[in-house]
Amino acid sequence: MQEQLKNLHAQALDELGQVHNPRELELWRVRYLGKKSSLTKMLRSLAVLPLEERRKAGAQANAIKRALELSLEEKGRLLEEALLTSPLESQGLDVTLPGRPLSTGRLHPTTQILREICSVFKNMGFQVIEGSDVEWDYYNFEALNIPQHHPARDMFATLWIDAGMGRKARLLRTHTSPMQIRFMERERPPIRVIVPGRVYRYEATDATHESMFYQVEGLAVDKGITLADLKGTLFDFCRCIFGEERKVRFRCDYFPFVEPGVEVAIGCLVCDGAGCRLCGYSGWIEILGAGMVHPDVLARVDINPELYSGFAFGLGVERIHMLRYGIDDIRLFYSNDLRFLRQF
Amino acid sequence: MKVSLKWLEDYVDIKLAPEELAERLTIAGLEVGNIQTIGSTWDNVVIGEVIALNPHPNAERLKLATVNLGTEQVTTVCGAPNISLGQRVTFAHIGARLIDAHTGETILLKSAKIRGIVSEGMVCSEKELGLSDNHEEILVLPPEAPIGAALGDYLGDVIFDLDVTPNRPDCLSIISIAREIAALTGEPLRLPSIHWKELGESIDSFVSVDIADPDACPRYCASLITGIKIVSSPGWLQQRLNSCGMRPINNVVDVTNYVMLEYGQPLHAFDYHKLKGRQIIVRRAGNGETITTIDGTKHALTPDILVIADKEEAVAVAGIMGGLDSEVTDKTDTILLESANFNQATIRRGCSHLQLQSEASIRFDKGLNSELPLLPLKRATQLLLELAGDRAARGIIDVYPGKSEPKLILLTAREVKRLTGLKLNIDEIRKVLEALGFECQEGDSGSQISVSAPYWRGDIKCSADLVEEVVRIIGYEKIPITRLGSPLPQQESQLSPVAQQSNIKEKLRNILPGLGFQEILTYSLVSLEKLQKLSPKLELKIPPLKVANPMTREQEFLRTSLRAGLLSTLAHNQKFEQAGIRLFEIGKVFLPRGKDLPEEKEMLCAVLSSSRLELSWHTDKEMLDFFDAKAVVENLLNQLGLKASFNIGDDEILLPGRGANIIVEDDKVGIVGDVHPRVMQAFELSNNICLIEIDLKKLLTRLTRTKEYHPISRFPAVTRDIALVIDEQVNYRSVENIIQSFPLVTQITLFDLYRGKQIPEGKKSFAIRIIYQSPSHTLTDEEVDRTQEQMLNRLYQELGATLRD
Repeated sequence: MQEQLKNLHAQALDELGQVHNPRELELWRVRYLGKKSSLTKMLRSLAVLPLEERRKAGAQANAIKRALELSLEEKGRLLEEALLTSPLESQGLDVTLPGRPLSTGRLHPTTQILREICSVFKNMGFQVIEGSDVEWDYYNFEALNIPQHHPARDMFATLWIDAGMGRKARLLRTHTSPMQIRFMERERPPIRVIVPGRVYRYEATDATHESMFYQVEGLAVDKGITLADLKGTLFDFCRCIFGEERKVRFRCDYFPFVEPGVEVAIGCLVCDGAGCRLCGYSGWIEILGAGMVHPDVLARVDINPELYSGFAFGLGVERIHMLRYGIDDIRLFYSNDLRFLRQF
Repeated sequence: MKVSLKWLEDYVDIKLAPEELAERLTIAGLEVGNIQTIGSTWDNVVIGEVIALNPHPNAERLKLATVNLGTEQVTTVCGAPNISLGQRVTFAHIGARLIDAHTGETILLKSAKIRGIVSEGMVCSEKELGLSDNHEEILVLPPEAPIGAALGDYLGDVIFDLDVTPNRPDCLSIISIAREIAALTGEPLRLPSIHWKELGESIDSFVSVDIADPDACPRYCASLITGIKIVSSPGWLQQRLNSCGMRPINNVVDVTNYVMLEYGQPLHAFDYHKLKGRQIIVRRAGNGETITTIDGTKHALTPDILVIADKEEAVAVAGIMGGLDSEVTDKTDTILLESANFNQATIRRGCSHLQLQSEASIRFDKGLNSELPLLPLKRATQLLLELAGDRAARGIIDVYPGKSEPKLILLTAREVKRLTGLKLNIDEIRKVLEALGFECQEGDSGSQISVSAPYWRGDIKCSADLVEEVVRIIGYEKIPITRLGSPLPQQESQLSPVAQQSNIKEKLRNILPGLGFQEILTYSLVSLEKLQKLSPKLELKIPPLKVANPMTREQEFLRTSLRAGLLSTLAHNQKFEQAGIRLFEIGKVFLPRGKDLPEEKEMLCAVLSSSRLELSWHTDKEMLDFFDAKAVVENLLNQLGLKASFNIGDDEILLPGRGANIIVEDDKVGIVGDVHPRVMQAFELSNNICLIEIDLKKLLTRLTRTKEYHPISRFPAVTRDIALVIDEQVNYRSVENIIQSFPLVTQITLFDLYRGKQIPEGKKSFAIRIIYQSPSHTLTDEEVDRTQEQMLNRLYQELGATLRD
């Protein structure tokens, strides 16, 4: 009996190995675990055996039955898994084939860098405002201490709408600074704003000059604002944009609407101060102009310069992007060649 | 402005290395653009005298020159045509570093046999020494050049190229720069001492000066020197002018230029005998008056222009350029030397009127002080007596109607701290200012000083100006670094119109790249031609604002729409790729409002072209059409919480019948459709192109309403499909409107549009899936049937639609 059970078990496992689909598995189940299977028959026939033998054989037969049931379950799982994966396996993919195309675009590099610049200043509590591109002579020049015939007008080659009309002449703003006046005309300190926008110059274009580019103007006015605050603000900005280790330099410079005036330069990104073509062998790259708002400018908008002080700055946007990526021709920005735009 | 280090050292001791000095000047506001070292490689070049010249035995053109170097005499082969006996020349020993005249590279001089004669070293040209490109001739030094001296000691120099800002015309002078260096380094400043013997008759017996326009000419000084002999200037003077980039001409002109460089005051020498009537009149030019300036150009003058005239006519354009007729020539024996002050704006207007500029006008144009002319006039008179003339007339003419009193400015240490954050005591402040030539007096309280600016500093007007002087000399690097501590201004509401406008632009920029659009930014200025091309009839709907002084025809008019920029950019990029390009721009257009500033309207414009997707192995190259563009509009507006409807549009850029108006709440906010083929042709575009344009301001006014929230229904939805047969003329929207009017309908999807044999001619069939759902209960079949029956009745009665069998 015992020998018989053993053989049965071996035979059942052997046949289970030959099973390849659920239908065969069902047949196997009927054959070995069904009501008419030899195992069931054997279990029924135990009743005729003496007690001792019956107990022994019964235990063995039940053990084999449980083992076969487990094997059945296991085989069932295997078959199910095989059923799910095998058709796919047989049609394996060339995973190196290109994916199905999705149309995606990008933002213009100027927009990208503008967003970055604005977010740095927003985090410092500056609000973003915008001004108009076409301005009066008064806002672009006169209110900023650059009256008619002032030599500093040479610093701003101007595209005019009206020529020779004095302060009522219209022009394309040469800087974002007119918004300093417009904002201070309607708001009182504390003031903390930035003004991104397009500016225009009467300039023949070449690799480093464009007739249109973007600036971000900054203005902060309140009691007790100092040149040291300007330094802190702009050093923070440079660190955020150019990295922790980038050296930053403040030097005296002249803009008619600030006093003292400042130019900010960063250590050259190519030579790191050793001197190269990019930095004109100076080791430094100018990135923005700034200074303390001129007392005459404050007085002009009825802010008492003896009580209040403030700083202003203006930075060129494309230049920052150019420095970062080593782009040597500013004309690439607004000729909008996709082969350029898609790189950023 | 080019500045020679050697010249600077006449006035101040300089212990800093040139690079260090350049850095200090730059930080203090005088930017050094370039440092040029002259003679750094001349370690084996000395000065010698040509003492013998013999013909070369084997070559006709070559000579054998014997040069006395003091301690030795050497003979060398020389081919330069200008070599002659007695000249002081430069001699390079074997091993000298020279520039190869042919290759331009630095070479080491080797012993060489030239046509059979061994030449031990050579006499050098300017090119070989790196001084200029002249290689035809050898460099001939002035006769006082010391024989045997190293050339580097004699001719070596460092030239700083300074970028002088418009507020510091005084720094267009060597003395002012020396003063800056003195203040920066704490060294004393040495000024030239000026004295001469007045031997002639009184100047008043020679000439009188009359200023007819004192506003334009606050001061006119003049001296007169007789017995002038016009010759070349001595070597030292020529060398100085050369080092600062000016060409030597003759002793008189060179002295005026030298003193201009030294003091920053332009001077002009007239040939006294050419002046008629012994009279100088400073006046406005008359209408129709002309003058030929020393550059040979004849100018028509107007009363805008200030002239120096004699009794009869203009002899110089004041402060800009002298007249040819009264110019100093070889025959001149008496000169009237002018040192005057002219109004800055007058000179500036004159320059722009005449399109003329000079070293003099560059200085007057930035504003010089009326106190300046006298001292440089004296200095020039002294030099002219030394180098050109015999005697000076007694006295100096000084007509000075425009004298103004210097202003006193009060300054406290507290003010310096208030503006800069830098804590200094009043003595430190005073020391800096005095080193720059400011006069400081103790004010009412001990912590205050009363400052008067020196006359050459016309840029100093208020205490902030003084603060800058103090910190720039002390050094901007000493300013502490602090963060803004003042309270934050009140933050603007996100619901304000300004914030909304900026938000909507940013939102659109976030959405559009996801829909496959590349952002571009194009010029605000366009050509008239491009604006015209936007209309198939080449008409301008809105006359654009014109720039009065455009740089190019391409950028002459302010854009009145973004269309031209997008279409041109698309055309440009189609040259490089044919697959579906999608572009958008968000920007301003400029709509004229008479003489007022134009309206600057924020617009969105986008174009889609060619295939729906990039070429790939997955799909066929399916061309996109109107409905791709429409989907973009629907998607955009949907993401902004707006629902658009569309009706047939008539914008001329779109192909008639293939364009639509975008309507939001009964207001047209933009257009979408196929671009008119004639416009495509004009822009040289290929393939099918759709254009979208949206007025962001109009969109904004629709955005103010907040989005409505509808709870999600807990009850099951019922889906029914219907197929309607309807007249071709009936549009889909009228069908949709009827279906939508039933409250239980929550979603309508058109999933097929059929035209063909299975339905009558002139009809079409819409297959529509309708989803019914109630927020309050589970719908019964009867309920849905009833609704649908009512719906079908209305569709039949109002539109003649029937169910398809």
